[in-house]
Amino acid sequence: MREVIRNIVRFLLFLFIEIYVLDSIPHLHRFISPSLYFIFLLWLPFSIRPRLLLWIAFFTGLIVDYFMQSPGLHASACLVLAFIRPFLIGVLTPRDSTEFNYREPSAQSLLWAPYVIYITVLTFSYHTWLVFLEWLSFGSFGDFLIKTFASTAISLLLIITIELLFPRQLRYRTNVGG
Amino acid sequence: MRNVILFIRRYLTFFTFLLLQILSLWFLYSYNKFQQAQFLQWANELTGQVNTRYKRVENFFVLGEENKRLHRVNDSLLNLLAQQYVHPDTTKRMVVDTIRQDSTRQTRRYYFRPASVIYNSTSGEKNYIQLDRGSLAGITENMSVLNADGSTVGIIVSVSPHFSQVMSLLHVRQKVNVALQKTGDFGTLEWDGADPSELLLKGLPKSVPVKVGDVVVSSRYSFNFPPGYPVGVVSGIVSDNSTNFYLLKVRPSARFNNLQHVFVVENLQYTEQSKLDEDTRKRIEDPKRNPR
Repeated sequence: MREVIRNIVRFLLFLFIEIYVLDSIPHLHRFISPSLYFIFLLWLPFSIRPRLLLWIAFFTGLIVDYFMQSPGLHASACLVLAFIRPFLIGVLTPRDSTEFNYREPSAQSLLWAPYVIYITVLTFSYHTWLVFLEWLSFGSFGDFLIKTFASTAISLLLIITIELLFPRQLRYRTNVGG
Repeated sequence: MRNVILFIRRYLTFFTFLLLQILSLWFLYSYNKFQQAQFLQWANELTGQVNTRYKRVENFFVLGEENKRLHRVNDSLLNLLAQQYVHPDTTKRMVVDTIRQDSTRQTRRYYFRPASVIYNSTSGEKNYIQLDRGSLAGITENMSVLNADGSTVGIIVSVSPHFSQVMSLLHVRQKVNVALQKTGDFGTLEWDGADPSELLLKGLPKSVPVKVGDVVVSSRYSFNFPPGYPVGVVSGIVSDNSTNFYLLKVRPSARFNNLQHVFVVENLQYTEQSKLDEDTRKRIEDPKRNPR
């Protein structure tokens, strides 16, 4: 139960930052449009089932879409991210589960190197799909490439900054309590 | 049959992914039709509520600048007052008959309504602005939106009971008829989605003398915008020898990053004008009714 509330608070917080900070500030450059809210999907617990994750991602994206007046765009990108996430976690987590019992992905639970790979791959796939959809209706191929890499880089910078500034309290999953 | 069910169950996650992906792409590509649907209107109401609350806080931090802008408008209006003009010839007086004659009757063409911006973006290629007045305040589609200082901002594209959505000039599908203030020649204002501080003015013939720094205003021929309101200033002339038309870069007068209080301007004759235009097109261009 506590886990659910924690994630809901986190979701609202990131939604607020995305809409009223990242989308409102004047941009660094027209090619750079960083996002942060999808960190909420990256931080969901390991134990969440892939199908539930897809639905959560869909509605997260849709809510962001309604604030940004672009129905479907962010929802679609979030779905791609949520679809890849379980596979990536399967690849990156240690094999023997006796040693491995953290709740959610973090630098501490996955160790730094795999964790950086985890966020890089997911951020990159999110931005690629998002910019790809924009490119289909508008723009040139060069713009598409530059925009993808620039936005991914800045988003990663933001995510790692947040990771370092606000370390999450990590508790082991135990049998006691929820 | 059993195998089919087993197959679907085995890949249920993948099918969920496909289903949701198709759904979101459908949302994305049928936006214009879907826009009219009840669901988006409901969503519009909801995001509108949140945006209003947030804006109420944010407005405190920019009150100074807004005051200055309003002061400038007041200043320009004070200068228009009748008492600021003197009549040199005191023996001659013009009397207007109180009974209104047909020949002197004036028809009101534009009606201004105030509104506040509650959501705004300039980062995408298709930027929309949300206002806190909707159909209950008499706002309908195709009304134009001017900033507090009179500079052009955009056109209303959809309305819900309490809120309305503006297609900003910074939208790749926006096309506005504008004119040079100096000569009155008109062209089309567009945006290529690249730089928010640079609009493009096309369709102005090269016979017209244009300098960097010329003021661009809304045209007399626009159905939406009242004429003569500032759009921007020419900031660059792209030379292209292949056409007889200029490609001008225009720096917009409205600062799209900092919109707060705006005017929604209704052209009271819009329906009549656009109906006449449409009828004419139908009559002349319909080959069945008019074989030539």
